[in-house]
Amino acid sequence: MTDVLHRAADVSPRAVIGKSWRKVDASAKVTGELRFADDLTLPRMLHAKLLRSHVPHARIRRIDTRRAAALPGVAAVLTGRDLPTPFGILPVSQDEHALCVDLVRFVGDPVAAVAARDEETAAEACTLIDVEYEPLPAVGSIAEGLAPCETPIHDHGDRGNVHKHVALEFGDVDAAMRDAELVREDVFFYGGSTHLPMEEHAALAHWSPDGTLTLWSSTQTPHYVHRALSAVLGLDPARVRVIATPNGGGFGGKSDPFSHEIVVAALARATGRPVKVCLTREEVFACHRGRHPTLMRVRTGVRRDGSIVAMDFTALLDGGAYGSYGVASTYYTGALQTVTYQVPHYRFRGARVFTNTAPCGPKRGHGTPQPRFALECHLDKIAEALALDPAEMRKRILQPPHSVTANWLRIGSMGLGACIDAVVAASGWREKFRRLPYGRGMGIACSSYISGAGLPIYWNDMPHSSVQLKLDRSGGVTAFCGSIDIGQGSDSVLAACVAEVLGLAPGDVHVVTGDTNLTPVDLGSYSSRVTMMTGHAAIQAAERARDALADAVAARCGIPRERLVFTERRVLDAEDPEHGVSFAEAVQIAEAMHGAVGTVGSYTPPRAPGRYKGAGVGPSPAYSYSCAVAEVEVDPATGIVRVPKVWIAHDIGQAINPTLAIGQIEGSVYMGLGEILMEEMTYRDASRNLVHHHPSMLEYKSPTTLEMCEVESFLVGEPEPQGPFGAKEVGQGPLLPIPPAVANALYDAIGVRVDQVPCTPQAVLRALKEKQRGGAGRYGPSPAAFPEYAFPEPLRVRTPAQGGDGRAAAREAR
Amino acid sequence: MLRLPPFRLVEPRTVYQAVVAHAELGDAAYVAGGTDLYPNMKRRQQTPRNVISLARIPELTEISGTPAEGVRIGAGVTLTQLARHPMIVEHYPAVARAAAMVSTPLLRNMGTIGGNLLLDTRCNYYDQTYEWRKAIDFCMKRDGAVCWVAPSSPRCWAVQSSDGAPVAVAIGAELTLASVHGARRIPASALYRNDGIQYLAKEPGELLVSYLLPPAGAWRATYHKLRRRGAFDFPVLGVAARLDFAPDGVVTAARIVLGAVASLPLEVPEAAAAIVGKPLDPTTIAAAAEAAFRPAKPMDNTDFPLAWRKEMVRVYVRRALEELAR
Ligand SMILES: Cc1cc2nc3c(=O)[nH]c(=O)nc-3n(C[C@H](O)[C@H](O)[C@H](O)COP(=O)(O)OP(=O)(O)OC[C@H]3O[C@@H](n4cnc5c(N)ncnc54)[C@H](O)[C@@H]3O)c2cc1C
Ligand code: SF4
Repeated sequence: MTDVLHRAADVSPRAVIGKSWRKVDASAKVTGELRFADDLTLPRMLHAKLLRSHVPHARIRRIDTRRAAALPGVAAVLTGRDLPTPFGILPVSQDEHALCVDLVRFVGDPVAAVAARDEETAAEACTLIDVEYEPLPAVGSIAEGLAPCETPIHDHGDRGNVHKHVALEFGDVDAAMRDAELVREDVFFYGGSTHLPMEEHAALAHWSPDGTLTLWSSTQTPHYVHRALSAVLGLDPARVRVIATPNGGGFGGKSDPFSHEIVVAALARATGRPVKVCLTREEVFACHRGRHPTLMRVRTGVRRDGSIVAMDFTALLDGGAYGSYGVASTYYTGALQTVTYQVPHYRFRGARVFTNTAPCGPKRGHGTPQPRFALECHLDKIAEALALDPAEMRKRILQPPHSVTANWLRIGSMGLGACIDAVVAASGWREKFRRLPYGRGMGIACSSYISGAGLPIYWNDMPHSSVQLKLDRSGGVTAFCGSIDIGQGSDSVLAACVAEVLGLAPGDVHVVTGDTNLTPVDLGSYSSRVTMMTGHAAIQAAERARDALADAVAARCGIPRERLVFTERRVLDAEDPEHGVSFAEAVQIAEAMHGAVGTVGSYTPPRAPGRYKGAGVGPSPAYSYSCAVAEVEVDPATGIVRVPKVWIAHDIGQAINPTLAIGQIEGSVYMGLGEILMEEMTYRDASRNLVHHHPSMLEYKSPTTLEMCEVESFLVGEPEPQGPFGAKEVGQGPLLPIPPAVANALYDAIGVRVDQVPCTPQAVLRALKEKQRGGAGRYGPSPAAFPEYAFPEPLRVRTPAQGGDGRAAAREAR
Repeated sequence: MLRLPPFRLVEPRTVYQAVVAHAELGDAAYVAGGTDLYPNMKRRQQTPRNVISLARIPELTEISGTPAEGVRIGAGVTLTQLARHPMIVEHYPAVARAAAMVSTPLLRNMGTIGGNLLLDTRCNYYDQTYEWRKAIDFCMKRDGAVCWVAPSSPRCWAVQSSDGAPVAVAIGAELTLASVHGARRIPASALYRNDGIQYLAKEPGELLVSYLLPPAGAWRATYHKLRRRGAFDFPVLGVAARLDFAPDGVVTAARIVLGAVASLPLEVPEAAAAIVGKPLDPTTIAAAAEAAFRPAKPMDNTDFPLAWRKEMVRVYVRRALEELAR
């Protein structure tokens, strides 16, 4: 008995949170029991294939599907005319069609769809569809996209092929720059990369005779797919059910509603039979929505101690063929520079252009790895110019905790200093930096990321996440939530939060997620929002359930309510632990007294202080911080860079499950390493129809286990007041410091700067040769060739330090 | 997913049955491990109506002989078997190393040395799906008229991409081929042609039966491979070298062969000439590396820019020879 007392005392306050419980879906995954979208089959199921454009930009003159329709085994053929309603993830860019109507905009744009008895027949039928194209000039680069043109890719956007341009100024940059003791300007290019999830997108649609539609899909955002599907098919949303299947990796690549999802639904409706599609790897490359190739110029004025007086940042993004999340991506390339270091005066100008290549969108870190690379390499150069240690300099200029940045982002807990200390100590930074033999080097970089976006994607004032709990008299608890596990462990976090509050083990909580019929809305697995938002909703629902049970148990057992403790599947008197009931009995008592026990919880992020146009991108309930040190080895004869080890510290506030958190860190390091060392989405030029160089897992190079470095991870930081149990994000942020840390380490190793991602062997070798010839030893975009674009006058916003109120200055306000 | 085109599978039990099947069926391809043929068929680069599997022919899976008299390797021996065979590892380390450097463990478990020596030439414009190739209106090697790598060229420049082939040529291995017309034995170097389409000097129906290694002796060989990653990737440059030494360390004969810089394993006699009759030292090695660099003509059709790949010839030849000097 003393044992129970001891344990009861020991486990409170936290029995689950902060412990590495096994993931709730772990056994299903390792035994192969988990069913991904392509594992699903239904009786009478048909298979769909999409015919995709083989030209980069053209008007569709004519489509003749008769030969395809006549092929034995073909059940239905659709073209753009059958699905004329446009859609798109952002309300401001509804520019996609399930199947192209008038124009095709990149090689891979879907033009027609076939449902047939098997995949082979559907594929053969696609070859029998005759499409006549009238070619249009194709746009293949940022510079071309900025130039005036007669046949823009879209009829929406800010100017020609410029989809979106923004110009914001917080404070007075030009005036502040005059006080600088050093002003440095650099240009950088960050190449595009794709998510490369192991699972190709797949979807299965079922149309029932009573007019309801069910779609199973490998999607990160079932709620947005639900909206798009209802809109394009003209169906009452109440008659549409979207079930997100467990994703075999997403990384942002499955967060848009996609053509194939709508198409299988329409084909199921047309044929009255279930229809499935599983994309090929090449089609996944066409879906893309990955990292925007971004050209950047950053000019910063600093004082001798490294403190920043003003920063002027320009970003030009290649958006590919559609809007996707692009407006948000554009703002994100300027939003978070201020969250790590104090920047009292800040100007940001960004423009995203349409090109005739696969659409870009949100890839892990959405819009922020590019400016982070630029900023962290730029600071490394500034530190050297000022003869300061780059780790020390960063520590001196940190944005303080519990402050508001110049661009009106509210910072809560801020553990970047602790992150720097952790990796500096562990890596032996002080002994190694600038001291290793030629060919070996150390580099450091920091970053920050949002824990969920402050605003939803479409304007509404409803919660961002909701959880329902059903408590069963057998003692079981089921948690329902619209969130979807994409491998990151969100189902396990949901179970852990509920279990913690109710004194259960995570395995006692059944989770039902990502089903628009069964689960209340959660906006989806993007923007590192799920732990933050689902966590809060789960805690609220669980606390309400705990209160209901406590009331009933207190009344029935005569224990003062405030003395009741929920622990180890029991509800007991803290002062007399033998006195109590099992959790199941508690539910029975409550059910007998009040009827069925069910509760709800929900979460809406706090309102951010910014009130200017554009203030919607950047705010978050809390910001995570990371710092990484990378060690590299460079072969000066070949330019080949190897990264033996990365030390990384992440301010997560409080880890819900440390093993899952470290898994996210290691995965982020892996992905960041791929971006800096080799990954790149590249297209042949217009004479080769802007085809993707290598849309395959063999030739799109991403690291194997042999290229992966050793990683030493540290979870640091103070619990975040805004976070559930103090938690902040970890899914995306740790990627950000990796590319600049490696680039900075390269400089330490051989004294050359590669201001470009990826940092390829030939780039390293070119920079080395330039240095040997007495040049600067730099490889990267030419500052002189940086495209000039006539941005509008910036919207001027007074900073908090200037006594501003978060609004734009009157003359610009609308 | 990408699906195979329909085909008929034939499974002969002897070499004779296999070559007869090929002669009778006409539109047919042999398949051993299928790691090259099947992906190509999925992409419609090859679409044989009949596929003749060699997997059930016991004679093709044997390794026999001794280092003193030479070793016979059946064409159906897998790369894993070859890379781990104690006699090969000890006496023909370059052969084992090249096999071990092919792709991944899974592929090596399936892939055979025969299929490896006969590997189709590769090109970034060709090793693509039918849909992709349609977007560039195909190319000369399959379904099209021009070569996108060298549009004014009358020939295809697809790249010899086997790790095994340069080693076979460098060490002076021989091959036996069988067909309904009988068997013949040729030096490995006689198998390859510098043409991306007609890259093999053999009839389609000729079956590769065995790979014959010369007696081990006063020679050493090595293989160095350049690729982006430590697994999966085809060579973008291979350097195979065999050097025969006199007791005093002077090089008496040399054969240096480059992979992935032409449509065949490219022998560079200029490089050999720079070291024959001399001891291997930094000066002779540098001269050989320079001599190998000049004729190498990588084209813009593999991973990595061609200028860098060409530059690497010098580095890799130097490193291969340095290894043999040790
Ligand atoms: C992802 C990937 C990576 C790869 N990486 C490499 C690499 O790094 N290095 C490398 O060298 N290769 C690589 N390969 C190619 C291939 O896997 C290997 O070369 C393998 O050894 C081929 O052997 P196989 O038995 O599978 O050939 P198959 O596919 O069975 O045959 C290949 C060709 O040879 C013909 N053939 C096979 N056996 C005979 C025979 N006995 N007589 C006559 N014709 C025959 C077939 O008709 C076919 O044309 C890679 C392949 C893939 C898919
Ligand atoms: S070298 Fe030319 S012809 Fe040959 S495969 Fe490549 S593009 Fe085609």
